[in-house]
Amino acid sequence: MANRGKPGDLDGRRRDLEAALAARRRERPSGGEGAERGGKSDFANALKLSSEFIAGVVVGVALGWFIDRMAGTSPWGLIIFLLLGFGAGILNVLRSAGLIAEFGSKAPKKGDDDL
Amino acid sequence: MATDPIHQFQISKWIPIEIGGLDFSFTNASAFMVATVAGAGAFLFLTTSSRGLVPGRLQSISEMAYEFIASMLRDAAGSHGMRFFPFVFSLFMFVLVANLLGMFPYFFTVTSHVIVTFALAILVIGTVLVYGFWKHGLGFLKLFVPDGVPGVLMPLVVAIEVVSFLSRPVSLSVRLFANMLAGHITLKVFAGFVTSLGAFGVAGAAGAVLPLAMTVALTGLEFLVAFLQAYVFAVLTCMYLNDALHPGH
Repeated sequence: MANRGKPGDLDGRRRDLEAALAARRRERPSGGEGAERGGKSDFANALKLSSEFIAGVVVGVALGWFIDRMAGTSPWGLIIFLLLGFGAGILNVLRSAGLIAEFGSKAPKKGDDDL
Repeated sequence: MATDPIHQFQISKWIPIEIGGLDFSFTNASAFMVATVAGAGAFLFLTTSSRGLVPGRLQSISEMAYEFIASMLRDAAGSHGMRFFPFVFSLFMFVLVANLLGMFPYFFTVTSHVIVTFALAILVIGTVLVYGFWKHGLGFLKLFVPDGVPGVLMPLVVAIEVVSFLSRPVSLSVRLFANMLAGHITLKVFAGFVTSLGAFGVAGAAGAVLPLAMTVALTGLEFLVAFLQAYVFAVLTCMYLNDALHPGH
C-alpha cells in the first residue's frame, strides 16, 4: 500500500509544484521586473530601430549587386533590390516598433512587452 | 599607441599556425574568446558549486542571469522555446562577458569585430532555418506570406518579407559590433584628449578636466551598453526562435 501510494503521491506533489511555479512565473514579469526595466528599454529601442532600417537597405543593395554580378543584368537588379531593401527596412522598423503585427503576429507584441 | 584610437582593434598573431595554406593562427582575438568562455564557465561553475538553498551574493548573480534569460525566452517563445534555453543562455553569457572583458584597459574586445558578431548572428539564423524547416517542413515558408494580402501585391510583399528576413542577421551583428567599436573609439579619443591637453602646461591641465570627466561618464555608459547589447542580442534571438517555433501566425 505504502509502496503503491508513494509514486502517485509524488506525482501529485510534482504537479502541484509545477502549477504553483507557473502561477508565480506569470506574476513576476508583469509586476517587479517590468517597472524596473522601463528606463533601459527606450535606449535599447533606439539602438535597435536605427540598425534595423540600415540593415534592410544594406541587404537589398548586397542582394541586387550579387544578382547583377551573377546574371549580368546590371543595373536593374541593384535598382529593384535597393527599393525592395528600402521597403524591407521600413518594414523592419515598423515591426520592431510593434506597429505591424505579422511575421508571427505574436512575436512583435510580446517582444515589446518584454522590453 | 596612445594617439591611435584604432590600434586597440588590431589583431596580432600569438602562435602562428598554418594548415594546408590556410591561416589558423592563434591570435589575440582567439585568446580573448577562450578567456571569455573560460571566464563565463568558471564564474557560473564556481558560484553555483556551493548549491546553497539560500544563495550567497555571487550565487544569486548566477541565478538572476538564469531567471532573466529563462523568463525572457518564456515570454517571447512560450514554454516550447525552453528547449533553446542552453543556446540563448550561452549566447547571452558569451556576448556579455566578452563585452565586459573588453572594458578592462589593454584588453581586446572580441565583439568589436564584425566577423565574430556575424558568426554569432549566422548561428542564430541558421538555427532558426534548420529548426523551422525540420519542424514545419515547407510550412515554414508561410512565414513570408502574410494573411489578407491581395494576389496582385503578393510577389512584391513576399520579396520584401524575404529581404526583411535576410536583413536580420545583418542588423543583429552590425548593431552589436558597431556599438562596441564606436564606444571604444570614443572612449579612447576622449582619453587621448586628456594627455594631449595636459602637455600645454597649467591652462591645458585645467582644460583637461573636461575630457577627463567625459571619459568617466563614457566609461559608465559603456558598461550600460555592454549589458544592453548582450540583452538586445538575447531578446532578438528569442524572437527569431519564436518564428521558427510558431510560423504563420
